[in-house]
Parts: sequence; structure tokens; C-alpha cells
Amino acid sequence: MHEYSVIVIGGGPAGLAAALKSFENLDDKRILIIERDSFLGGILNQCIHPGFGLHYFKEELTGPEYAQRFIELVEKNGIEYLTDTHVMDITPEKEVTIVNKHGLKKLKAKAIVLAMGARERTRGAVQIPGTRPAGIFTAGQAQRFINIEGYKIGKKAVIVGSGDIGLIMARRLTLEGIEVKAVVEIMPYSTGLRRNIVQCLEDFGIPLLLSHKVVKIHGNERVEGVTISVVDSDFKEIPGTQRFIECDTVLFSVGLIPENELSKKAGVVIDERTGGPFVDNTFSTTANGIFACGNVLHIHDLVDNVTLEAETAGKYAALYCQNPELFQKGKLTNIIASDGIRYVVPQHLNRNFLEPTILRFRVNNVYHDKVILLINSGKKLLKIKKQYLSPGEMESIALSEKILSQMDFSEDIILKLEDDK
Amino acid sequence: MEKITCILCPKGCSIEKKEEGNEIKYIGYGCTRGLEYAKDEFTQPKRILTTTIHVKDGELEFLPVRTNKPIPKKLLFDAMAILRKVEVTAPVEVGSVVVKNILDTGADVIATRKVRKKSFF
Ligand SMILES: Cc1cc2nc3c(=O)[nH]c(=O)nc-3n(C[C@H](O)[C@H](O)[C@H](O)COP(=O)(O)OP(=O)(O)OC[C@H]3O[C@@H](n4cnc5c(N)ncnc54)[C@H](O)[C@@H]3O)c2cc1C
Repeated sequence: MHEYSVIVIGGGPAGLAAALKSFENLDDKRILIIERDSFLGGILNQCIHPGFGLHYFKEELTGPEYAQRFIELVEKNGIEYLTDTHVMDITPEKEVTIVNKHGLKKLKAKAIVLAMGARERTRGAVQIPGTRPAGIFTAGQAQRFINIEGYKIGKKAVIVGSGDIGLIMARRLTLEGIEVKAVVEIMPYSTGLRRNIVQCLEDFGIPLLLSHKVVKIHGNERVEGVTISVVDSDFKEIPGTQRFIECDTVLFSVGLIPENELSKKAGVVIDERTGGPFVDNTFSTTANGIFACGNVLHIHDLVDNVTLEAETAGKYAALYCQNPELFQKGKLTNIIASDGIRYVVPQHLNRNFLEPTILRFRVNNVYHDKVILLINSGKKLLKIKKQYLSPGEMESIALSEKILSQMDFSEDIILKLEDDK
Repeated sequence: MEKITCILCPKGCSIEKKEEGNEIKYIGYGCTRGLEYAKDEFTQPKRILTTTIHVKDGELEFLPVRTNKPIPKKLLFDAMAILRKVEVTAPVEVGSVVVKNILDTGADVIATRKVRKKSFF
């Protein structure tokens, strides 16, 4: 069986950055990236809009441009990669089964980096009654059809969900001459970035209907319209507020789910709140020598954060090949999300690596005038004032050297929200 | 009093324009780039345009492109109409110019992806 030091599964921004950092830190340079699509770059290839790289490169790039910078480095360094190749199975012993046009093959790795990204929730996930006509897409699927395959997918559209992908597609459809009747959002707030609400909806006068839901899809052969309704705070329809909107296309942008079917097979334990693996500050999962980063770990709004996280995962995957004993699980301190914080990543701190670490997290609701508190053995180690917090925007705080020096690692590290008095 | 949301970073500062006599003041910006953005956004809003154009003989049929600087918002649809008719031939490199100085805006439309020639084998 052919053996590698590090095998990276997924050739998106997470996989590319992880592979590059492993390459830097690994003497034998035996790294392989495996990608099921025909090109490296992952979802970025279809994200032709600007807005990538502002933090990492300090300039505004489109998705393909951002990806290209990493692809070029991978090629320049001669890092081995396979495209059109699907990983079918991984085992706790780090055997990787792949399939491509040459058939089925087994590979072995000392360390694996999971970077499979996410998949979209579909109409089924939000359970909308009605028929099953043509013209219903997930937003990412529509994005691929339009931006890569070049299809015109309809004439009049309604978008369900106001996450970034939905907003970006509202603009894209409009530019392509498809009329976007409305973006319908069940929550009283949008989960998309503010710049996308401004540039994708307000710029073109597209209505954003908050606290609204699509209650029925009409049409037999092709979509003929949707019925929408205002909802109350329990998301129940308010009688008498129903309204029909004529359209031939419905796009669902109702969230992403980390793609962890493979991870589970290798015995990786999944955190229900993130949908991704539990990891420590080396991005090591609960399975020895298996690391995770990018959307497979938790859903990111900004690719820059994906890259930073993946670089850490790649660095430690390389180190694992040399010193696996440092990654033993006996020395973990819990990092706990509490009051108002929905989740935090990483969920553990490995006491063998007490290095400055970024904690990334999301709140569970929209909040004004709060403080984010970091608490350890009853002491408040960090207090950050926030005027505005929303589940749509990932937050982060740094565990600096100074903070780490004040910690008692036999006690949990707690992250919570409190009123700013 | 007018209000805009700054879009230069995810912070999304809300910036107000206040006219006091002859003086124009901007309030609420978080950085100097934000201030510059606000001045432009209140006088002549500009956007980067991204779309795809046809590519012949490429490993892909469509090439993603963008303007290399923001162009006036009111010209977005005119620029789209032009780009719909443009076709380039592979190979194409990232950054290569596909339309120079589109609509006299001073902005070039450039390729944002590398497209190799289609291989027939
Ligand atoms: C539509 C959309 C718009 C976005 N807009 C922005 C934006 O404007 N600005 C910004 O900063 N960020 C944006 N993001 C976020 C950012 O692009 C993502 O967070 C980032 O691309 C995630 O990277 P990844 O490598 O984890 O996943 P992906 O890019 O999804 O890559 C995962 C890769 O793994 C491969 N894979 C999966 N399973 C297997 C398998 N079994 N075998 C082999 N290969 C496999 C997939 O084919 C894919 O190529 C956007 C995301 C989306 C989806």
C-alpha cells in the first residue's frame, strides 16, 4: 500500500492551505491532496464575486483569484494532488480508499487532514408543502449552473433565506436579467453580512422580507409561484397575511451542513452545535492523527479565516508525523460556550501546546450592548465590549500569551455573554 | 441627514452625512478608508462588476471576469450588455485584459481564472 505522511482530503481553500503548511513543516514532503472535482479550489471556483482576501492578502479578490494564489504555490512546490478522485472511506488506522477513472485504490497516511467543506441544506430541510415542479434549486447549485456552466435558470425568482449565498445570488440573477421578486427570511434578521445586504439587495431595490416564510410552492411542470406569509415569534403563520408571488424559479439558501460522513467512519466525534468534529487548539479531532479545518469543521463566512485555521491544522498534522505522543488526549482542558454563545472552536486546549490561540465562535441571537467574557477558575480573564452581535457573523478572541500565563488548566475555560452595565 | 453602510470590511459601519452650513461632515466611520468610501458613496457610488464571458477552445466554457477597479453603479447594466457579447480564446491567464477601458470608466475588465486550452485526448 502506498504510504504518505499527510493526506489532505478536499482541494478547497482549507485543503490547499493545510497542505502548504504541512509541506513547510515536513522534512519528507510526502503529502497528497485528493479532490473529487476536476479542479482544485473548491467552492471558490463558483464564487466569482469580489470579497475574498481582504484580511489575508489585504486586497479584494474574487473566489477564483483567491484560490489561484494557493493553487500556484501548490504547483510551484510540486505538492502531489489528484483531481477527479473521490475519497470513499477512511479508517481510524488512517487507511484511505479512493476511486477514480483508474479504479479503486488504498493509501495509507501517518496523518490525515479533513477539508471536505460543506453541503447545502435543501428544500427538504425546511419542509415546504406543494408540488415538485422544475425550477427549484439550492442557491449554490444555481451559482454553479450560472457561473460555471453558463445556463440561464429562469426569468423571475424568489430566494428563500438571506444568508450570504442567497444575497449574492440575488445580485447575480439581477445582473443576468432575471427579476428577483423578493428574498424571504423567516428570522427577524438576516444572517448575511451587512455588506452583502447593501451591495446585493439595496443596490438593486430587491425587497428583503424578514419574519416571512414561504408556505407553499405552486406549479406542476414548472414553478408558477409561491405563497408567502408573515410569521409570529414562534415562526407560525399569521392568518390573513398570506400573499402570492408569481415566479418560475425558487432558490433555497437555508444554510450549510459540514460534510462529515467520512469523518464519522474514522471514529471522529462530532459536536452537534457546529456539525463538525470536536477539535483542540492543534485542530486534532478525537481520532488520533486526524485533523480538521474549514467548513467541514464549522461554517465560515470568510475564507480568510478558513485559510488561517487550515494553516494551523496543516502545521500540526506535520508535527504529528514526527511526534505523535504530544497529541495524547489526556491533557485537554475544556473550552465551553455558555450564556448566549452557541458554539466555540476549538472546544479543547491541549496542554502540550500552550501557544497563543484564536477562539472562533457564534452567538445564538442578535444582541446589543453586551460584553464577551472569558472566565477561568472564577476569574474574568478577558472582557470585550460589543455594541452589536449577530449569529450571521463569526466572532473571535485571542488567547494571548499573557492570558494563557494566568490560567489554571485544571479548570474549564468558559466563554459567555453578559449585559454591558 | 443621509445614511450609508460601509462595505469595505465585515464590520459594516453606519456612516452619516451631515451638512452644517457650508460644511459637510461624516460621522460614524471606523477608519480612514471608510471615510474615503463614504465620500465617494455619497457623491458617485461605484462597484466592482463581476460576471462571466464566453471562452472558446478552453477547458471551461465560461471565464469569470471583473473590472479591475470599481465603476459607476449606474453603468453596471450597460457593462453587462457589452460583456454578454465578448468572447475570448483559451489559453487565458489570471489578470489578462479582456476589455480595455470599459465604457470610458478607466477600468479594464480582467480574467479572474486561468483557463487552459481544451485537450482533445
Ligand atoms: C456560495 C458561497 C459564497 C461565499 N462567499 C464568500 C465571500 O464573499 N467571501 C468570503 O471570504 N467567503 C465566502 N464564502 C465562504 C468561503 O468560500 C468558504 O468558507 C470556504 O470556501 C470553505 O473552504 P473549504 O476548503 O472548507 O471548503 P470547500 O471550498 O467547499 O472545499 C471542499 C472540497 O472538498 C472536496 N471534497 C468533499 N468531499 C470529498 C471527498 N469525499 N473526496 C474528495 N474530495 C472531496 C469538494 O469537492 C471541495 O472541492 C462563500 C461560500 C459559499 C459556499
